[in-house]
Amino acid sequence: MILTAAAFSPTAGRFLLVLAIILPVAGILLSLVLGGRYAERIALGLMPLGFGVAAAIAVLLWRSGKPLVYILGGFTPPLGIALRADGFSAVMLVTAALVIPAAGFFARANFATPVGAAEARAPPTFWILLQAIWAALNIVFLGGDLFNLYVALELLTFAAVPLVCLDGRPETLAAALRYLLFALFGSVFYLLGVALLYGTFGTLDIILLAARIHASPAVWMAAGLMTAGLLAKTALFPLHLWLPPAHANAPAAASAVLSGLVVKASFFLIVRLWFDVLPGLPNAIPGTILATLGSAAILFGSVLALRQERLKLLIAYSTVAQIGYLFLMFPLASGTHPWAAEAWSGGLMQTLSHAFAKAAMFLAAGLIGESLGHDRIAGLSGIGRAMPVTIFALGLGGLSLMGMPPSGGFSAKWVLLKASVEAGQWLWAVVMLAGGLLAGGYIYQALAPAFTNAGVALKTPPQRSREAIALALALCAVLLGFAPQSFFAFLQIGRPAAMAALP
Amino acid sequence: MNAATLAGLTGAAIVGLGLYGLITHPQPLRKILAFNLIGSGVFLLFGIIARRGAASGFAADPVPQAMVITGIVVAFAASALAIALVLRLFDETGRVTLRPEAWMKPPGNGADSE
Repeated sequence: MILTAAAFSPTAGRFLLVLAIILPVAGILLSLVLGGRYAERIALGLMPLGFGVAAAIAVLLWRSGKPLVYILGGFTPPLGIALRADGFSAVMLVTAALVIPAAGFFARANFATPVGAAEARAPPTFWILLQAIWAALNIVFLGGDLFNLYVALELLTFAAVPLVCLDGRPETLAAALRYLLFALFGSVFYLLGVALLYGTFGTLDIILLAARIHASPAVWMAAGLMTAGLLAKTALFPLHLWLPPAHANAPAAASAVLSGLVVKASFFLIVRLWFDVLPGLPNAIPGTILATLGSAAILFGSVLALRQERLKLLIAYSTVAQIGYLFLMFPLASGTHPWAAEAWSGGLMQTLSHAFAKAAMFLAAGLIGESLGHDRIAGLSGIGRAMPVTIFALGLGGLSLMGMPPSGGFSAKWVLLKASVEAGQWLWAVVMLAGGLLAGGYIYQALAPAFTNAGVALKTPPQRSREAIALALALCAVLLGFAPQSFFAFLQIGRPAAMAALP
Repeated sequence: MNAATLAGLTGAAIVGLGLYGLITHPQPLRKILAFNLIGSGVFLLFGIIARRGAASGFAADPVPQAMVITGIVVAFAASALAIALVLRLFDETGRVTLRPEAWMKPPGNGADSE
């Protein structure tokens, strides 16, 4: 019980955890009070602050090497609710704090309300929803209570769904409705699992639950229901049907956030569930099931991506495939095997590098779509000469998806590959290699027409600054490939197996 | 079989019925109703858990009741959002279906948002 007491003693810098959530919420309220005309300035003004808070949390965590804890209202769990930041939370906070501002500054051209022009409905909605997504993501990354996390997931859904249908075209409305129905199915199943866990153990705090959990029918049922619900929100095959139309039809900046970050939030919770709440369960079989679904997603998503005729749909199907890679960590990263830490880092690395690479690719695809007036791959001939920076960003993102060195995608897949070989689970290695080849195929298919010599007439040349934003995100994905060993150690902070091994 | 067990089984049955409806009915409105049915089953389950007072030995545990209230608010907001989307889809296309082919065939009326 000493362990539990230590886990709930508030740490230095704890107010940063609250600030990370309050800042975007304050932005939303201010935007509503001051009116739509100010929404853009408020959102963009708060973004550097939000980044500062996320970075400060990461630095504090780096220095102390132990998770940061904040106890809401001074009520200790099980009665109260704790906010916790471990290594995984911190890197996700920083990733969100880079991708969301990038999407925000990119979206200024689409969602500005110029002085003197009448106020439209879409721009303030976009800025408010973008901040709402940020707030909800931060609650998901910091939440230490399963019911609190349910509310955070719902907030995230309610912020993400309207972003899909911001332009009000019928196909985007249908895509948003389908997304919402899948998400509601997911959340109600998650809630049912939460009910069973509370009924069995009388607490929903992650640390207290982990100490009390033992294998019983109710726990298996709860774990199954919660995982199934979260899989629907993560769009793992075969529950991926909602993702391609929703992500491909949203405005480019929204697609970048949805594909890069929002699906990662429910994945984050699956990791929390299996590694933090249920490490006491024998999880070889569930891990194998998740990795099998992940393998199917890699193959199925990649093949479908190869068959797409529109660039944004191709990128969206590649998200279905890349999500599959995330689930390969489950059979490998549990327990205290030497390869478990590697698989853990690999899974987290894939989460981060995909967030940056996919956001960069959606922004680049958005620029291409705006400059050409369409995003049909067959019509991209010669675009490499007309928009070199954009195509370079698209290519660098693709490099990371394929797993070519040097890139974050390469590090992630290399580490996962090593772990699966060391664990003697060869099947995952074969799937990863096949997935890499298929990714090479669809990236080539998207880029090959761009480098032909055909002349191309741009409707409008892309803005330099927006090209630079897409390129900067792609470079982040590449830079992750140069992450030093200490970064991998940072990812292990707060991982239960790693913490138990400490003296 | 005591009252709590009966109510728990009823909750499970309602969840099952709702899930069946959510999967089999193609119409979005029926899917939304089915989602609400599942929600009711889950809330009933929370009620039973509160009655059992699993955690603290109270006659009735207030925490699950607080969760149900939050859950109802969330489910209400979700239904409102879904209905708003259904109504908007009907305004734009004159029909409510999740299959794009249904309204993609006659080249879209392209009606813009505002």
